[in-house]
Amino acid sequence: MRLTINYTSTYQFDEPVHYGLQQIRLTPKSRIGQEVLDWDVRIDQGRVETQFSDHHANEVSLVSIAADAMAVKVTARGTVETQDLNGVVGRQKGFVPLWLFQRSTDLTRASLNVRNIAKGLKDAHDDDIALLHALSERILSAVPYRIGATDAATTADGAIESGAGVCQDHAHIFIAAARAMGYPARYVSGFLMMNDTDHQEATHAWAEAHIDGIGWVGFDVSNGISPDDRYVRIATGLDYRDAAPISGLRFGSGDERLSVDLIVAQQ
Amino acid sequence: MSDETQFFDEMFGSGTDARAPYKRYSDWFSNEDPKGLMKEAKEAESFFRRTGITFNVYGQADAEERLIPFDIVPRIISGKEWARLAKGVEQRVRAINAFLHDIYHRQEILRAGRVPKELIARNEAFLPLMMGVEPPGGIYTHIVGVDLVRTSENEFFVLEDNARTPSGVSYMLENREMMLQMFPELFGKMKVQPVSGYPTALRSSLAATMPPDPSPDQTVAILTPGIHNSAYFEHAFLADHMGVELVEGSDLRVVDGRIAMRTTKGYKPIDVIYRRVDDEYLDPLNFNPDSLLGVPGIFDVYRAGRITIANAPGTGIADDKAIYSYMPDIVEFYTGEKAILQNVPTWRCSDPEALAYVLDHLDELVVKEVHGSGGYGMLVGPAASKRELAQFRAKLEAKPEGYIAQPTLALSTVPILTKAGLAPRHVDLRPFALFSPEGVTLTPGGLTRVALKAGSLVVNSSQGGGTKDTWVLEDD
Repeated sequence: MRLTINYTSTYQFDEPVHYGLQQIRLTPKSRIGQEVLDWDVRIDQGRVETQFSDHHANEVSLVSIAADAMAVKVTARGTVETQDLNGVVGRQKGFVPLWLFQRSTDLTRASLNVRNIAKGLKDAHDDDIALLHALSERILSAVPYRIGATDAATTADGAIESGAGVCQDHAHIFIAAARAMGYPARYVSGFLMMNDTDHQEATHAWAEAHIDGIGWVGFDVSNGISPDDRYVRIATGLDYRDAAPISGLRFGSGDERLSVDLIVAQQ
Repeated sequence: MSDETQFFDEMFGSGTDARAPYKRYSDWFSNEDPKGLMKEAKEAESFFRRTGITFNVYGQADAEERLIPFDIVPRIISGKEWARLAKGVEQRVRAINAFLHDIYHRQEILRAGRVPKELIARNEAFLPLMMGVEPPGGIYTHIVGVDLVRTSENEFFVLEDNARTPSGVSYMLENREMMLQMFPELFGKMKVQPVSGYPTALRSSLAATMPPDPSPDQTVAILTPGIHNSAYFEHAFLADHMGVELVEGSDLRVVDGRIAMRTTKGYKPIDVIYRRVDDEYLDPLNFNPDSLLGVPGIFDVYRAGRITIANAPGTGIADDKAIYSYMPDIVEFYTGEKAILQNVPTWRCSDPEALAYVLDHLDELVVKEVHGSGGYGMLVGPAASKRELAQFRAKLEAKPEGYIAQPTLALSTVPILTKAGLAPRHVDLRPFALFSPEGVTLTPGGLTRVALKAGSLVVNSSQGGGTKDTWVLEDD
């Protein structure tokens, strides 16, 4: 499937920003299941200071916000050819060892709540993929999708406590539970074309677990499926902090407002 | 007779005649009036107070800045003894650097099973963001302080490796300065190798590790957490003697893809930063977001190859006390040679059998926290009260993986000057090694720490230890 993507994030500040930085991961790479045909990232009221490939092989740009800017606009657009591989994205590559994906992080602690969600699954299933789909279902029924119940800093445990969450929370709970059961697991940020509309709420997030003999397999808890050809992977990491499309830090008082505009459409 | 007899005294050996390296000093000393020397020692202390070498002692109720006591009897090492130590330190520094490169790349030593994977996987000092990063010149440990102890004429042990930010080098330099002023005639009689070249050597060594495409000025700077840090004096002292800028995080920002410091003429790029800020606080954008001491984005600039950070982030994995016990294997794995310097036998309390032994012999052993430093939170079994032993037993049982234990070593003694004349006190030695693509530079000397309490084996300044000037002789 050929997808065209047009993403814009606009940060508006109440007060001028004296100095600020953003780490931007918005460049998908050609890899198994996706081929990037063209891609372009633009920053208004900011400049790319430096770029590098991080330890998860994500393309990262460090952006400085223009002095005294009242807003920053980040635009990413391009075309990606995708394939439906039932969520299978291949082996672990690069220097990061698989065991690193078994370490919990602050956002993905294996709390009692997390372990309760995973309870009994190992005994009930011989097949890894069936087990992980069952985990995915349990998470969605315990933590139904609802915007506003959680925020970007909510942990896996916190999302279970609040009883509702978004894709980021679902991915964190899945990762925490999968790791507690011994699976290496990682966070994926990306784009998704929902079937009924071209306009999407925001970037999407899901999880991948590593299964011996198969490699990394994706699980989108929020939609109850493994990713297909409507999904484009942007970045991966141990949790949201590693793979966030945009994370920043600024000096200056006042609040900021974020508006996101995203179109993912089949060409 | 007290049990002092079982310790090796570096001045007198086991007899009453001075050992060869101390011969001339001993002859000189026997003609001096001890009372006059005591008076000079007092003057030295007041001089140190005026120049401002002080040290914050954590955990002291008044938290007042306190002077590290200075003893005027030098610790003397022959050129031949030093040559062997230097070889051993160099071997160790190269092995530690190779280990770090391996851990942050292919992890061959884990694949080979020579170091258990769990030791890295469960280690808080392991920094995943360093995976695959190629530091400029391949150097991780630009500055290493290897703590050594001596137990006999020919036996030296490494007590620990300090591969993060070893401190104390300002004492090596100031103590020598003081001795040169107090006893110029002694330096005429004895050929003592100079240590004053250290700041220049440090600057050259850092400058030899520039990033691939440095700015025209090739600027080196020292990053300090600020005046409230216990080692601030040393940061300022080194910047002054090296002729480089001393900067704080708030002076720096990202400009044109580099880290740059604010000057009266605008922002000026920094190429090599000798940071005295811990990993966790180095970059709020990448590590602890609450850090006010660090430089946002410095790690991104580092990963893009536009700055050298000394020592590299993530080096703490090499001076972890649990990793320490594998150092003989690590040295052999990367150099193909046996370790020249011995390790102290170490029980890793994470191992149930080792823990059982340690709990059975607690009153004979020294127990340390795996991540501890500065002599805090350690138990010296033979010197501990019943209550302290019981408390430590409970801590060990609750979190065995947090501790290692070692035999109580018979640390050598060197005399200090007391009102009653010379009296032996236990010492250790921290030489400072510099590492760059041009090689290892070891300044002949170091920081000799001395336990001022008779019989005490804890030399840490935070636990009431003092310092001595360390003389390495040019052999005749």
